[in-house]
Amino acid sequence: MKKIYMDHVATNPLHPEVLDAMMPYFKDNYGNPLSLYEPGFKARAAIEYARESTASLINAKAKEIIFTASGAESNNFAMKGIAYALQAKGKHIIVSKIEHHSVLNSARFLEKQGFTVTYLPVDNHGLVDPAAVQKAITGETILISIIHASPEIGTIQPIAEISKIAKEKGILLHTDSVASAGNIHVDVQALNVDLMTFAAHQFYGPKGAAGLYVKEGTRIVPLIYGGIQEGGRRAGTENVPAIVGMGKAAEITKRDLQKRIDHVRPLRDKIISNTLKTDKVILTGHPEQRLPAHASFVVEYIEGEAMLLMLAAKGIYSASGSACSSKALKSSPVLISIGVPVHLAQGSVVFTLGEETSAEDITYFNETFPQIISRLREISPYSKGWEETEAPTCTVKK
Amino acid sequence: MYSEKVMDHFTNPRNVGEMADADGIGAEGNPVCGDAMKIFIKVKDNIITDVKFQTFGCGAAIAVSSMVTEMAKGMTLEEASKITKASVAEALDGLPPQKMHCSNLGADALHKAIEDYKNKRGK
Repeated sequence: MKKIYMDHVATNPLHPEVLDAMMPYFKDNYGNPLSLYEPGFKARAAIEYARESTASLINAKAKEIIFTASGAESNNFAMKGIAYALQAKGKHIIVSKIEHHSVLNSARFLEKQGFTVTYLPVDNHGLVDPAAVQKAITGETILISIIHASPEIGTIQPIAEISKIAKEKGILLHTDSVASAGNIHVDVQALNVDLMTFAAHQFYGPKGAAGLYVKEGTRIVPLIYGGIQEGGRRAGTENVPAIVGMGKAAEITKRDLQKRIDHVRPLRDKIISNTLKTDKVILTGHPEQRLPAHASFVVEYIEGEAMLLMLAAKGIYSASGSACSSKALKSSPVLISIGVPVHLAQGSVVFTLGEETSAEDITYFNETFPQIISRLREISPYSKGWEETEAPTCTVKK
Repeated sequence: MYSEKVMDHFTNPRNVGEMADADGIGAEGNPVCGDAMKIFIKVKDNIITDVKFQTFGCGAAIAVSSMVTEMAKGMTLEEASKITKASVAEALDGLPPQKMHCSNLGADALHKAIEDYKNKRGK
């Protein structure tokens, strides 16, 4: 059976050239980058080379890149590191309601430590209103953190506009660019942010390699204390092969990014226009301001996990924000935040394409998905409408 | 994640659909809470001669509904009343722990359909 991977926002396969670049650092150049002999020097040089190419992908300086092990770590680092560095100045932080859990849960942690946090709402397309950011700012505000692009609904935020407001007030701005860096052109100068999170596996690099851009001159308190790695800001022996892999992936991505965008966008558009031909299917997120490889829907009267399983049975791998598909059995907070009612959020499904997605794949998908929708609707008691679903008494404990 | 039996009943569910002349109908759950299912039964001489279901929910919910209808068909009302969440899950070679309660509504819906039949007959 055909296997079509349509969950690139979850992760990506390693680019073959990336694997080739990494291999010597597992096998031959295994030295500790702090060691004062040749294998150590080679590892050190490889890390610094990777720092250059990683920085170049986002138009930063090499010394502004701190390597970490995951997007979640970078988000925690940005939130806690800035909060603790600036707590004497103020204890108020602004985030959006559709941040990744690693930002939201860091914010909740900081609330327990005596910080106050404003959680900004978003509109029905998932956009943060820059005017609302302005309004939320107090004399105590030290950090604003807004996700660059939502992995669930694809919406890209007006970060540059929000940055203008932050700069006027002298407040630091962090953006979580895990879903955007390597998938659209991301430029820290143009966005004018102070901190930015990114992860290599979102652009065909390895898992376990990520980074935090910290603008030159920005003070940040480390999460991990120890040795002098990463300028003392992130201790621990470096994951040399992974860092080398991220550097290589960044280099390839910088070269191929426009080609990748031009490849996925028309394929994605075909998915959206075809899927919306089916009755009672809604596009979630912004219709234009969205990631080029990203299509997300709410399909009425059926449930997301059932769709994923049926799609997987046809060789199509995708994701859902439905309660049943999550281990926690909770609807996606992002969908709730954009005003999708709980029973509709159950029918959420997300498709994200990549450079290996072919036109044939999309033709197959466009034939298959409507069939699956109608098959599940045949089984559903609600295929004629949402009867008896108002004000329910939920007796079933989740 | 799911047993082969669950996947079989999910991909080829038995007894799907509405029943226009049902003798009893039972509904359980709600899409706002999670899953929802409806079971229709046809009863003759105290025996469930036909069962149909409609389900909104995940793979487990659909498999559970399908299995319940297969189990109940041909049973006396007393036998069918003894079908439990546990016996349905067992017949499916188990369900993941997080699906045991929210998706395992088949037995409850069936019991409600039997109750509905008895109430209607009582009138």
